This record gives sequence, structure tokens and C-alpha cells, in this order.
Amino acid sequence: MSVLVNKDSKIIVQGFTGSEGTFHAQQMIEYGTNVVGGVTPGKGGQTHLDKPVFNTVSDAVKETGADVSIIFVPPAFAADAIMESADAGIGVIITITEGIPVADMIKVTNYIKDKKCRLIGPNCPGVITPGEAKVGIMPGFVFKKGKVGIVSKSGTLTYEAADQVVKQGLGITTAIGIGGDPIIGTTTKEAVELLMNDDETECIVMIGEIGGQLEADAARWVKENGNKKPVIGFIAGETAPAGRTMGHAGAIVGGSEDTAQAKKAILKENGIHVVDSPAEIGKKVAEVLRG
Amino acid sequence: MNIHEYQGKEILNSFGVRIQRGIVAHNAKEAVDAAKELTEQTGTGWHVIKAQVHAGGRGKGGGVKLAKNLKEVEEIAGQIIGMNLVTPQTSAEGKKVHQVLVAEDVYYPGDSEPEEYYMSVLLNRATGRNMVMYSTEGGMDIETVAENTPHLIFTEEIDPAVGIMPFQARRIAFNLGLSGAAFKEMTKFVIALYTAYEKSDSSLFEINPVLKTSDDKILAVDAKVSLDDNGLYRHKDYAEMRDIREENPVEVEAKKVGLNYVDLDGNVGCMVNGAGLAMATMDLIKQAGGEPANFLDVGGTADAKRVEEAFRLILKDENVKAILINIFGGIVRCDRVAQGVVDAYKNMGNINVPIIVRLQGTNADIAKELIDNSGLDVQSAVEFQEAADKVQAVLA
Repeated sequence: MSVLVNKDSKIIVQGFTGSEGTFHAQQMIEYGTNVVGGVTPGKGGQTHLDKPVFNTVSDAVKETGADVSIIFVPPAFAADAIMESADAGIGVIITITEGIPVADMIKVTNYIKDKKCRLIGPNCPGVITPGEAKVGIMPGFVFKKGKVGIVSKSGTLTYEAADQVVKQGLGITTAIGIGGDPIIGTTTKEAVELLMNDDETECIVMIGEIGGQLEADAARWVKENGNKKPVIGFIAGETAPAGRTMGHAGAIVGGSEDTAQAKKAILKENGIHVVDSPAEIGKKVAEVLRG
Repeated sequence: MNIHEYQGKEILNSFGVRIQRGIVAHNAKEAVDAAKELTEQTGTGWHVIKAQVHAGGRGKGGGVKLAKNLKEVEEIAGQIIGMNLVTPQTSAEGKKVHQVLVAEDVYYPGDSEPEEYYMSVLLNRATGRNMVMYSTEGGMDIETVAENTPHLIFTEEIDPAVGIMPFQARRIAFNLGLSGAAFKEMTKFVIALYTAYEKSDSSLFEINPVLKTSDDKILAVDAKVSLDDNGLYRHKDYAEMRDIREENPVEVEAKKVGLNYVDLDGNVGCMVNGAGLAMATMDLIKQAGGEPANFLDVGGTADAKRVEEAFRLILKDENVKAILINIFGGIVRCDRVAQGVVDAYKNMGNINVPIIVRLQGTNADIAKELIDNSGLDVQSAVEFQEAADKVQAVLA
């Protein structure tokens, strides 16, 4: 098993014919992902990368039975694209776009709250289930199939963690990039919960950073849920100054509760295996799994 | 993006929020003219001279003073403009004051005592909704209030489907203990303030204090306004409010060339792709016995031009004793990044600090060979820990 995306997922690309959409759709198809088409308003009826282009997401759903969407639409139009996707009945909406205004994401959160969809991102690298589906911008070759799930706010740090895990002779069930914005569709806790309930996942790597309460909430949930699977945690930004945004719009220390130090302490209290060095994530996973 | 008090007040005023009025002055003479004009417009007798810098706690540093006549206006404005204002929120050197706001005196005597409150509007990240946070304890440091008397801080969360509702504004006014004319004024103030926040794509409004005057008017005496950078494309006029004199010059330069850079106090510079990996690299530098000199995300295209720009930025800092380049090549190939580093190094000609390059991912082995055979004083590493060890060796 795996979570969110697998070999049977039918994936459409919103912003299909743009430069980002084209490049990454091609990479996804080469990986073997089941991309069934794309959406670019006004270009419906055309063919792009040998796949059909639709004017609307609902057309795409009707014609292809798509259940997963990946969004490469520019920030000014991305909120609209997410809501269109939710309206069309897409189950998993993965938003790569960085730079969506917070006010737009407040509207999106409110719009999709009663819809049957799960939003991943925005400002995320996407989701990969190795050997089955790569729905994102990550380098596919880094991720080998295995039994470790990854949840992370960061792109390259996810690749780093996966690479370390693979070099220990282990592999990944599904890696979920949840995104680095102040408002994201799927929280750390929700992503961890998905992996906790996945039979194939034996261990979870949870990578967080300064700002917000998501990692603390996830850690508390893990403990309440009985620490059923080992969770290895890393929090980036121990050396980040307070009050400054560190690249990700959401990575900003606002108080005494959302520093890396405070989060690590909460993780430890809740039975998470915290690593202080980002170079030791893989080693720790191997240690915990092999006892 | 942060803006000055006077600019924040302009935005508030444009949405019908009552403010303490004022006029900006750049020297003592302009301050006197501003004071005269303000007296004509508002009838104010005294004036408050307020330093305009991007930092809180200005009063504590001597940046906010009362002038009781025009001679004092001239004297005080002369003292404040040009001074390096040190507040609890600035560095030890402080911030140079380029301009002051000459404001009306709103604490005049009257039928009732003036009262100060605290009010802010911000995002509740846990719920994905905006909220109004307020307290009867105005004019004080809100962190102190939160610590000592948390029961005196209230919040009102706003449903994005309908915006702020009158019953919520009334609840706020009741909780602040208001009645009569001041109660009505406060409900209007709250609704206008929230509307301004939403329509201006702001990420923080902090009004401390909100004042009830002796004649029951409610107004914003101070205004700390931060705008959402991602929303600025909708507000070209607000984008122009950016005052680069308030920002770190190296960071301003970085922004011009599209690099995400934060200046820090340490001795090891770093250049990384991706924000999360960049923070992790800073942490690793610290664990290796150094201190990070900066945060720098070079993004997905780490070619020679970008690497060279990044080198120039980092090397402006004389405290830098070593530079660690950490790139995880995914879509971007490591050998191209390595070539970029070699080319940039050769173009610069005068790099006198040791450089450690760690390239991992696509074509990492070819990249390592390229660095090792370049004949340059650049050390290569493949594993994250190996890079940290090399940093440690260089600093020893």
C-alpha cells in the first residue's frame, strides 16, 4: 500500500501547457506516472505531450476519470485553480505554486472545508510513491521503494532525508511534501496520521522547521495515538534569528513556542526520536528500525 | 514588507479608520511648518514628535517626545532627525532617523479620562482564519501582558465567508468596558480596522495604543503595519512605500538579483538550494563549531552567474572565514553547479577564504571530479557530515 498517490491514480496537470507545467509533466510521465491529461483554459481540444488538454477541470474529470490534480498555475491564479479542482470533485489536489497571497489561501481553506478533497501544499515539492507515481517536482531517482514514510515542509531537505534513508539500504513508502506556507491544506499531523494508518509504512520521518505549531500538534497526536510506529524528527532553524522570514513564508519565529529548540523539546516529550544533526536522519532511521 | 507608522496610518485612514493625525517632516524647519499646518487643521496646541523607523519601542529610546510650543518642536525635531535611535528592537548601534511624524496631541483633558487599549489583526495559523486580538492593557508591551495577565487578552476569530459581523464588534467594545458614545465609536473603529486589514492584503496590524479620548473618540495613536509580500502585486501604491534605508544593504542587493538572503553575525558563509536545506546547513555549521554568517537560498538555477552573485554578497562580510556550498541536485545537475562554482571562482580572482563544496544528487560524482581537478583551493564533499567535518577542520 501507499498513501495519496499510487500506480492507479489518474493525474491531471493544471497549468499543463506553461513552461513549469510542461517541464515537470514530462518528468512525471518519464517516471511512469499515470498522467491522463491537463487543463489550460482556452486550449481545450489540443494535445500536449501526447495527452489531451481540457478547458476546465470538470471536463477533464468527465473525460478521463481523473482523481488527482497537480497545480503549476502562477500565484495570482492558483487559488482559483485549487477551488476549481475541488468543485470538480478531484480527491487529491497537490499545489506546487509558491507565493500565493495569504488572503487567497484563507478563502481556499474556507471553500474546501466541506468538500471531499485533500489539499497538499501550496509551496511544496509534491508527493511521491516510489515506483508508482511521482506527482511533484522531486528528483525521482533519489526515492527507492521501501517502508519509511516521510513528511516534510521542505523540498531539498526531503530529498536529503530520502537519500540518507536509501543509502542505509532502506526505502520509502510515500514521501509527502506538505509545504512551507503559513496556511497549508494538509498539516503535519494529518500527513503523519495517513502514514501511521498505512500498513506498509513501518517508520515515519517527520521534518519540520521554525514557525507555527504543526510539528508540536503532530507529536502530541503521535503520543495520544499510542506511539504505534517509531517517528524520527528533525526541526530546521536552530540558528535562525527571531522575527525574520527564512525563505519559506511560514518559517518565522513569532514567539517562544515556535523556535526549533522548543519544538524539539515537545517532540522528545512525546516519544519522537529527535536528531539534532540533519546529517544523521538516515542513520537514526536505520538504528530505530534495526533495533 | 514593513512600512512606517505614517504610511500605515495613511492606509488605515483611507478605509475610514480614525487616526491621530500628523504630517511628515525631514528637518527641523519642515517640522515647524508641519506643526503650524497641523494646528490650523486640527486645533491642536501641543505636538508629538515621533521618529519614523522600522522598530518598536521608539519611546523608550527617546524617539517620541512631546513639544509644547513651536520652539520645542524645532528643538526636538532637530535632535531626533539624524540620531541613531536605539530601542529594545534594534541592534546596539540603533537605526538612523531620516524623518519624523509631527502629530496632534490627542491626550487633551475633557469630560472623561483618556483610556488606552491594545488591538491587533493577524492570521491564526492554526485555523487558517484572521483574528482580532485585543486587550484593556494598552500602551504596554503585549508580550509582557500575555505573560503576566493572559486573562486580559481576548481574541475574536473572523469567518471568511461573511467577514467581521456587528455582534463581534459589539462584543469587543463590551469586553473593553465601553458604553455610550465611546461604545458606538469602538464598534465602527473595529469594523473599519478589519476591513482595512483584509482589503490591504496585510499580514499584521498592531495598534498600540488604541485611544479613547476625553471626548469619547476612538482612534489609532500608533500603527504597525506589515503587508503580505505575495499580495503586493495587487497594490502597486503600497509596494512603493518600501523604504530600503530601513533594510540591510546586502539584503537589498540580494533581492535585486533575485536571491533570498538574510544577514547574520557568524563566521561561515553558506550557499544552499532550498530554504529548509539552507536552515539545516546553518544548524550544521553551528554544530561544527562555527556560526552561520547568512541564510542564502540560491533556488533551482545555481549557474555560474548566480553562484558569482552569491559569492560577492557573502564576501562583503569581513567576518567570513569559510564558505560552505551545499547543493542537492535534483532537476538541476550537480556537474553544472560545479562548473558554475569553478567559473565564478575564476572570474572573481580574489577569493581568500577556504571554500567547501558539497554536491549531492544528480551527477554528484562527475561534479566532485570537476572540483577536485580544477586546481582551485576548493574542497569537495559528497556526504552532509563530511562537509561539516571539513568546515570544522578549516576553522580549527
